[in-house]
Amino acid sequence: MQNSECFQKIKNKFPDISIEEQPNGLVIPKASLLEVAVFLKNEISFENCHCVTAVDRKDKMELVYLLYSTPNHFMLTLKTFVALDDLTVETVSGLWRSADWLERETFDLFGIKFLNHPDLRRIMNPDNWTDFPLRKDFKMEGFIPRPQSPGLKG
Amino acid sequence: MGELMTINMGPQHPSTHGVLYLELKVDGEIVVDCKPHLGYLHRGIEKIAENRTYTQFIPYTDRLDYLASMNNNLCYCMAVEKLLNIAVPDRAQYLRVIVAELNRVISHLVAIGTFAQDLGAYATPLFYAFRDREKIVELFDSICGNRLTYNYVRIGGVSADIPAGTEQYIKDFIAYERKQLIDYNELLTYNVIFLARSKKIGILSKEVALNYSITGPMLRASGVKWDVRKDEPYGVYNKFDFDIPVGLNGDSWDRFKVKLEEIEQSLRIVEQAIGSIPEGNPVSKVNRVFRGTGEAYVRTENPRGELGFYLVAEGGVNPYRCKIRSPSFSNLGVLPELIRGLNISDAVCVLGSLDIVMGEIDR
Repeated sequence: MQNSECFQKIKNKFPDISIEEQPNGLVIPKASLLEVAVFLKNEISFENCHCVTAVDRKDKMELVYLLYSTPNHFMLTLKTFVALDDLTVETVSGLWRSADWLERETFDLFGIKFLNHPDLRRIMNPDNWTDFPLRKDFKMEGFIPRPQSPGLKG
Repeated sequence: MGELMTINMGPQHPSTHGVLYLELKVDGEIVVDCKPHLGYLHRGIEKIAENRTYTQFIPYTDRLDYLASMNNNLCYCMAVEKLLNIAVPDRAQYLRVIVAELNRVISHLVAIGTFAQDLGAYATPLFYAFRDREKIVELFDSICGNRLTYNYVRIGGVSADIPAGTEQYIKDFIAYERKQLIDYNELLTYNVIFLARSKKIGILSKEVALNYSITGPMLRASGVKWDVRKDEPYGVYNKFDFDIPVGLNGDSWDRFKVKLEEIEQSLRIVEQAIGSIPEGNPVSKVNRVFRGTGEAYVRTENPRGELGFYLVAEGGVNPYRCKIRSPSFSNLGVLPELIRGLNISDAVCVLGSLDIVMGEIDR
């Protein structure tokens, strides 16, 4: 299976949405992420959500989903862009449970909010921290980490 | 149901294999809910990568899964090589396979030893495992000068050729380790107490494993015959003959058994590789500083599962973004489901069988 084959299948199923084919993967609009994901999982057997991450492109955030289809031996890179003034996107953790923690990590490091996520908390950094360290505008100079334990309860 | 009690397991609990803090809700001895808290070892390695050159970042990969540094080095260097289309000498490819597989052997030995320790086989299996591990650690010391953080695999090759006598040393080790494997089998595998503690505990079904993106020995223990080395071969793995051990039930015992069998398969690979290393110079000839554009994703079969590096380059001397997809992170995600309804003592058993390393979870 190739990128182009995958591209054609999505195009045939959703003729209305604008998909862009890149050498490394496919770019789809944010609004249709969930329906494309459902289609990919149920009909082209992408049963493994291998990785979810983001890249700060300064003027927008790029979300990257690495989906793997075991029968086809093919890794699809699915991308979507999130505008800085509306850093929200629909979660896919209902489809792939592996996306649960990976989306929490993306939220923790980039501040992208995943709507309808079952448990969207910071996963590595302290809950009361307000910075998002993997953004390009995060200042490392003069940054003094003050780790605070979540507090042992009970 | 009585009143629920909250128990804090960790972050300094001896069986959490690092600084993992589990918030357990228990009803008597039964775990009702589990909430893992991560981040005690978070060093921001992905951010560091954006401020180091490609070559400077290799030592940081040692500190991800510190029990399998060679495999981490290998995956990162392969990602940079894919990004920039760098060729690797044949001899280096073989040396990489040898060190990666030997590292897998000692990583599994630690996993087995600590797992037995968690189940109450106090000290003996652990010391046996560390005794064998010491032989390979000394070998790596002679090859690259370090005992834990090797920094041996470099972009476009390896840091140095192996010293004279290494091949004989490895051959001796393989013969020695095969005898020890019989010992481990007799000591642990069918031991009545060991079976009672680990059989049918923490059963992970095939469907749940795939949905949680579980990889490595844990996935194979659930009966999925999947190994990147075999199914999407990288390096020179397609030249070697080896089997993929799989489990039947996906319980803690299967996860242990698969690791034990993988040691033998790794020894087989090393045995074949050591007899056919091509001549040549394996040392990398790539410049220390270079620029790249584009993006690359490479994944390799680490002892704990599939490690992946997603590199994005924008023409600078540093990577623009370096995402590390670590196997332990995804494997730990399934823990709350596995231990719900088990005793606390069994939760320790399940956690031990997951074989996590916090260094690559928190990054």
